[in-house]
Amino acid sequence: MEVEKITEEAPEVKTFRLKFKNHEDAEKFEFKAGQFGEYSVMGEGESTFCIASAPTRKGYIECTFRKAGRVTGALANLEEGETIGFRGPYGNIFPIDEWKGKNLLYIAGGIALPPMRCVIWNTLDLRENYKDITIIYGARTVNDLVYKQELKEWDERPDVKLVTTVDPGGETPDWKGEVGFVPTVLEKIAPSSKDTIAIVCGPPIMIKYTFPVLEKLGFTEDTIFTTLENRMKCGFGKCGRCNVGKYFVCKDGPVFTYKQLKELPDEY
Amino acid sequence: MESIRKRAKELLDSKQVQVIIGYENGTSNKVRASFIKDSAQVDKLIYDERCTQNLALYLVKHEVKHLGKMGIVATIPAMRTINMLISEEQVKPENIVVLGIGEDGKLLDFPDLTVMESFLQKANIELTAKDKEAIEKLKKMTTQEKFDYWSNALETCFKCYACRSACPLCYCTRCAVECNQPQWIPVQASKNGNYEWHMLRAMHLSGRCVSCGDCGRACPLDIPVHLLTMHMAEESKRLFGVDSGLSMKMESVLSNYKLDDKDNFIL
Amino acid sequence: MELERKLIKKASLEKLYQKLQANGNKIFAPIIKDGKTEFHYNPSYAEVTYDHIQTIQSLKNTVFPKIENLVRFTTDRNGTEVTEVDLAKVPSLVLWGAHPCDAAGFKALKSIFMWDYKDEYFNSRMNKMVVIGLSCYKCDDNCFCTSVGLNPGATNGSDILLTKLSTGDYLAEIITEKGKEIVNAAAELFEAAPAEAKEGNLAQVKQQFSHEKVTKNLAGAFEHPFWVENSLRCIGCGACAFVCPACACFDIQDETKGKTGKRLRCWDSCGFGLFTIHTSGHNPREVQSQRWRQRIMHKFSYMPERNESLGCIGCGRCSRACPVDMNILEQLIALEKIQ
Ligand code: SF4
Ligand code: SF4
Ligand code: SF4
Ligand code: SF4
Ligand code: FES
Repeated sequence: MEVEKITEEAPEVKTFRLKFKNHEDAEKFEFKAGQFGEYSVMGEGESTFCIASAPTRKGYIECTFRKAGRVTGALANLEEGETIGFRGPYGNIFPIDEWKGKNLLYIAGGIALPPMRCVIWNTLDLRENYKDITIIYGARTVNDLVYKQELKEWDERPDVKLVTTVDPGGETPDWKGEVGFVPTVLEKIAPSSKDTIAIVCGPPIMIKYTFPVLEKLGFTEDTIFTTLENRMKCGFGKCGRCNVGKYFVCKDGPVFTYKQLKELPDEY
Repeated sequence: MESIRKRAKELLDSKQVQVIIGYENGTSNKVRASFIKDSAQVDKLIYDERCTQNLALYLVKHEVKHLGKMGIVATIPAMRTINMLISEEQVKPENIVVLGIGEDGKLLDFPDLTVMESFLQKANIELTAKDKEAIEKLKKMTTQEKFDYWSNALETCFKCYACRSACPLCYCTRCAVECNQPQWIPVQASKNGNYEWHMLRAMHLSGRCVSCGDCGRACPLDIPVHLLTMHMAEESKRLFGVDSGLSMKMESVLSNYKLDDKDNFIL
Repeated sequence: MELERKLIKKASLEKLYQKLQANGNKIFAPIIKDGKTEFHYNPSYAEVTYDHIQTIQSLKNTVFPKIENLVRFTTDRNGTEVTEVDLAKVPSLVLWGAHPCDAAGFKALKSIFMWDYKDEYFNSRMNKMVVIGLSCYKCDDNCFCTSVGLNPGATNGSDILLTKLSTGDYLAEIITEKGKEIVNAAAELFEAAPAEAKEGNLAQVKQQFSHEKVTKNLAGAFEHPFWVENSLRCIGCGACAFVCPACACFDIQDETKGKTGKRLRCWDSCGFGLFTIHTSGHNPREVQSQRWRQRIMHKFSYMPERNESLGCIGCGRCSRACPVDMNILEQLIALEKIQ
């Protein structure tokens, strides 16, 4: 696939807009919100990220990654117009059809906004299907917030309630959002759980602290969704890396409900 | 054997240690490491000539350390390892009690670790006849013969890293073979990659290896990789005049390996 | 179904071997070299042994090579060109003298590589392979095939199974179509079935535990103290996984040389400390006891449930290879009894 556009999101974090080189591949390609792919630079290897653009936006896919290892390092060195390899889509999906007629509460932390961005845009593009949409997004510092342009756009939309927060100490003098960890901020705003689906993405530690708050707010186990980001290699249930209990995150996930997660051994 | 059990019981009962790391009978007439936490179990402990594993390996293992203060049944190579681990700040002397075993297989009395140091400085730390012979044989080969011998021996290596895991001095949580920026060593077990891996291992252990032989014993494919590190140990002795692990303040002859070291000579 | 039985004389066995070799098949057969019995490619018939208990390494290298080339690529100024590997070029292979547990090992691998997404590399190699099995007449105390639903004369997984009879000749049981083709193509080497029963010529392997019971117990044993207690001495190497015929964890790596390169699949092990580590540094299986648990759970709990196959065929290789005497049989016997 060709790297059509590169956006610098935050220090070391970039978004690639990718276009199929081959028209037929582009026609055939379909995916749904929640799925991921294997992106590769030949000679360096493959790396797993979710598809961060919405399936309702046709003709391209986007992915956002932080430069951290050998492959992401090589990806980060690419320029617009260069080629990368892509395998996918893999994994299961967010059941957005089943969420019709409900309120949606998105809670994301750090670099975990990308997996959520896909489903956020997906539901925003089908806005009439849902009632209130609330997005709570936190990062370590103001600088680390990704998709700044879109955050602004969401903030300005009357049909979206956006709350952004940064960890204590991460604020800048002109920061207007909240200051505090995501679970704390969630507790403070205390959104109603009535008729609401909560979608949580973030580092394992944030997820673990967010669930109890949601439960306190009255969310039941099967109205809370999350995506797990285990280390993956193959993407189709073979290499064993993403195995958690009898499940494979790459195949049975990455989307799980809190209810399913509770049944899993604590190995994610 | 009785003296080991008795000492182990004393140490456990007086709560000087929470676990004794020793040897017990295993399966198929093998012996294996044993972790005794309860003095009622000390009769499981044994010691005989089959007990060769260097138990000092477990002093740095997370789950074992977690048990508390450790008493360890230590053969001479294990005692040397303990000194190395203390020198390299991997083990705190106050957390261990050594039940040393002398060359005659008898329990040594070490009221504290300085006594162990002086014991080692006088002890005979020769290699076994078998290893000595193998190394002599290798030394007599021409460079080409040596190269052929090792190419052939290392070709079968499938990089299970049992040699690395068995070595008490290979304790890095992220070994250079797992660093991929740059990728020093290919991950796959290819011919050249294997060669590079074993060169790296030998270099990293030069001047540190205590010649316990566990790396070679651990290899499921019987590749005599211990000869590489033992030879390097001999060489360091020849060049720098020291045997590793004789005191708690060893200075590493080739300096410690750091990621930012310029070791492009390996590649 | 009654299997077709025939007799093949000792002398004819050599002719069969040579015929298969002459027909352009690669042969993988056990020989003794440097005091160790291992399978090698295309040994001369004189070297082939029929008397080994078990080889150190498993035979999975035939269908799941320790390095599998997935694609090739060339990079230059104009970009990267990727060439697929031509799987039609996979050579036909005869696996000669695989013990029944090893033959069954391929079924376990198949249950991983061929469930859900079908792995073409594995499948092509599997399709091009014929397994000529050899019943076991001796065993050691690490063998436990009978505890995992197999036995020293099990036919499952072989195309033809040979059993040495008291006369020194061999009983040939013809199990699959592939087996039949071989026999038909060399009909002159086979004779009418002998009267002697196979059973008297097999090793006696006592059943030591019920794998159903183990699977049942494991369902509730995730948090059991058993794992830490029994893995304190495990040093987290990959020896057990690399010699295991049913372990299939792998890694994907690129290897480049100048402008060209390959993407490779190579063996990995869930016992390695960094196997599951995330880029963030978070590691879901931080300590060895969790990895040892994963090994047993995967083979005896997750695989039976997801892949409808046990992940262990009782060959005992891991116990023989383990440098610190982690004996899987001993642990399974204990797991049958835990509460
Ligand atoms: S133990 Fe043997 S096979 Fe394993 S990595 Fe070391 S030399 Fe290679
Ligand atoms: S390199 Fe081998 S012989 Fe040397 S200390 Fe390590 S395990 Fe022992
Ligand atoms: S787990 Fe051990 S006994 Fe079971 S198949 Fe693998 S190597 Fe053989
Ligand atoms: S069980 Fe043995 S072979 Fe397997 S990882 Fe542990 S020490 Fe290595
Ligand atoms: S990524 Fe390989 S099994 Fe899930």
